[in-house]
Amino acid sequence: MSTPPSEGETRSQVLRLLGEIAPEADTTSLRPDVSFRDQLDLDSMDFLNFVVALHKEFHIEIPEADYPKYMTLNGCLIQLSAARS
Amino acid sequence: MAEFLMPTLGADMTDGTLVQWKKKEGDRIAKGESIAEVDTEKAVIDVESHTTGIIERLITRPGDKIPVGTVMAIIREEGRPTARVASSRSVTAPPAPPPPAQRTESGAAAPSQAGRLRMSPAARKLAAERGIDASTLQGTGPEGAITLEDIERATTTPADIAKPVGAADRQARMRQTIAAAMARSKRDIPHYYLSTTIDMDRAITWLKDTNERRPVTERLLYSVLLIKAVALALRRVPELNALWKDGEAGRSERIHIGTAISLRQGGLVAPALHDADRLSLSELMQNFQDLVKRARAGSLRSSELSDPTITVTSLGEQGVETVFGVIYPPQVALVGFGKVVERPWVADGLVVPRPVLMASLSADHRVTDGHRGGLFLAEIDRLLQEPQSL
Repeated sequence: MSTPPSEGETRSQVLRLLGEIAPEADTTSLRPDVSFRDQLDLDSMDFLNFVVALHKEFHIEIPEADYPKYMTLNGCLIQLSAARS
Repeated sequence: MAEFLMPTLGADMTDGTLVQWKKKEGDRIAKGESIAEVDTEKAVIDVESHTTGIIERLITRPGDKIPVGTVMAIIREEGRPTARVASSRSVTAPPAPPPPAQRTESGAAAPSQAGRLRMSPAARKLAAERGIDASTLQGTGPEGAITLEDIERATTTPADIAKPVGAADRQARMRQTIAAAMARSKRDIPHYYLSTTIDMDRAITWLKDTNERRPVTERLLYSVLLIKAVALALRRVPELNALWKDGEAGRSERIHIGTAISLRQGGLVAPALHDADRLSLSELMQNFQDLVKRARAGSLRSSELSDPTITVTSLGEQGVETVFGVIYPPQVALVGFGKVVERPWVADGLVVPRPVLMASLSADHRVTDGHRGGLFLAEIDRLLQEPQSL
């Protein structure tokens, strides 16, 4: 068994995926509890691409009904840590 | 022999700058394959060949600023249905000598013949006011004449358009291109506007059920349903799927939906989703995702920019409920969708909360009237009530 990645690592992975979707956005000053859409001007196509990227990176299933849980950085970290345990 | 011409890649494009050839003389090229990269006001575009054959001659050179319609290359065609046609053509109709491309090498050479510059009085006046040396400009008017717009462009951007441009510069030029197209639209096209509210309950419920069964990589966005509904409704009211040319509207056999995509740096493009009426929702979704990605990366294909037959704009993402758009010439109609909102709705005599959507039509009154336009919106509504058959 490999050691599970730390929250810091997961966080930087998520930020990298966001950066790939919105290359011009400054993800370093992202507020963790405010929705990505409001901060990064993501539209529904961007958000779908982000969810697909999370699915591919972390090998998790994300039903459409759960999308709202992934709309903030903190939300993503909570979901990803729950999926791992 | 076929001539490869500088295509029109947008309503107000007058010329483009050849960035590079993707093929050499003697190379084989297939129809639809990229032959050149052309820099327009909006982006660098991969321009596709309309014919299959061997490249006989490359006439224009990288860095050349080339007016729309100028012969850029000669292609010896292959795979003509009969050899006789091909040979008789090449014997009886040798290609006319191509007009020389305009060149902007140093910016110092006057664009027209020696002597007085071709220039409108208004442009001359503005140039004097702004202290611009018009002899350094590349005229975009008839026979290289310098127009008012050229002077305006020169005051905000460098005169030498063949130079590579930065993002800010491109943004300023894109703004000007949009301004020119929209001003022309409002000047020439007598718009009429219609709108209707559509009950989206069935469409959204169907979409939710469908997406629940699909892996995340194959899910649909509701805008794809709207695009498909527009495409199918156009079969019923085909006169809205037309292009205005030489004083009349020519109906288009194929339905290419221009999709307004906002670019993050500002500005927008409306490239085509080709044959949207014939694609399944999944295919449309795939093409739409690809198109948005490439639009934002600045790698659109020439055909996508030059051949939309109608435009759809959705501003729902920005939270607005209604949009009445400006028609993109030479198209004759534009469909606008707002945001899906919950509103009280009367169904079977009861007031119930329903997700509703405002759909609008801006159409050219020279081509259609409100009766046909109304029929078209009603057809979109009807189609969205049967999402499973889209």
